[in-house]
Amino acid sequence: MELARVEGTVVSTMKNERLDGYKLLLVNLVEPDLKSTGQYLVAVDSVGAGEGEIVIVVRGSSARQSAELSNVPTDSSIVAIVDVIEMKKKTIYKKHGAGEKKK
Amino acid sequence: MKLGRVIGKVWATVKDPKLTGVTLYLMQPVNELDEPLGRPAVAADVVGSREGDLIYWVGSAEATFVLEDRQIPSDVSIVGIVDDKSTGGD
Amino acid sequence: MYLGKVIGNVVATVKHPSYKDQKLMLVAPMQPDGSLKKATMLAVDTVDAGINDVVLVISEGKSASEILEFEKRVPIRSVIIAVVDHVDISEQDQ
Repeated sequence: MELARVEGTVVSTMKNERLDGYKLLLVNLVEPDLKSTGQYLVAVDSVGAGEGEIVIVVRGSSARQSAELSNVPTDSSIVAIVDVIEMKKKTIYKKHGAGEKKK
Repeated sequence: MKLGRVIGKVWATVKDPKLTGVTLYLMQPVNELDEPLGRPAVAADVVGSREGDLIYWVGSAEATFVLEDRQIPSDVSIVGIVDDKSTGGD
Repeated sequence: MYLGKVIGNVVATVKHPSYKDQKLMLVAPMQPDGSLKKATMLAVDTVDAGINDVVLVISEGKSASEILEFEKRVPIRSVIIAVVDHVDISEQDQ
């Protein structure tokens, strides 16, 4: 799985009917320090992610194992919205407003 | 299967229900000399590894088969913690 | 899935039976800024895409076989599944 930042929404009228009703988001794959890798993907959203959020993207046939997407033809799915990333016990990313009660 | 080093942890409240109870780590794929290969991935862990551990992981479709009761939406899953390894004769 | 631009098509006489009557397009993967990558791919078209269309390509075997309505898995991996109208990108992103 990979970390990515949601950067946009892909809009398409003429598309395969099996994708009808699913949100297609343009995501930019990022390093753990959230620097862009320059690599972009279009992923099916299954968790209600929004623009600017850091998310986890699953690729390949595994993308179809998402609870919401078992019958959807997809090779990239957003399966989680990241709250916090920790490295060496240090928080290197924290979503705005996330984890207020923890710590 | 490949080697990797657990280098961090990722917390997510909103996630696919099939990932409930699965720990998500930042994992740097490494070679047998512990040198990094490519960029870190987010890996699903069900074996109880910890940050700093040398582990081995499976990719692509096989990564979905790590739990008995369900397939999970993961393309990188940690399946073992390395106790010991040896390389090469010379 | 990735964004791409249709830059041509490919015709072949001798081919695997699963490619019979399929429209095979040449697609250049595209960055959000519109620049094209050199790693041109082939993809089977399912949405009547034309040259210069911006399209969405899925690259996974099981999905491809299902979209093309084969009963079993076939040696086709990449399929054009949508013609993109536009991509909304928020302004604060560079």
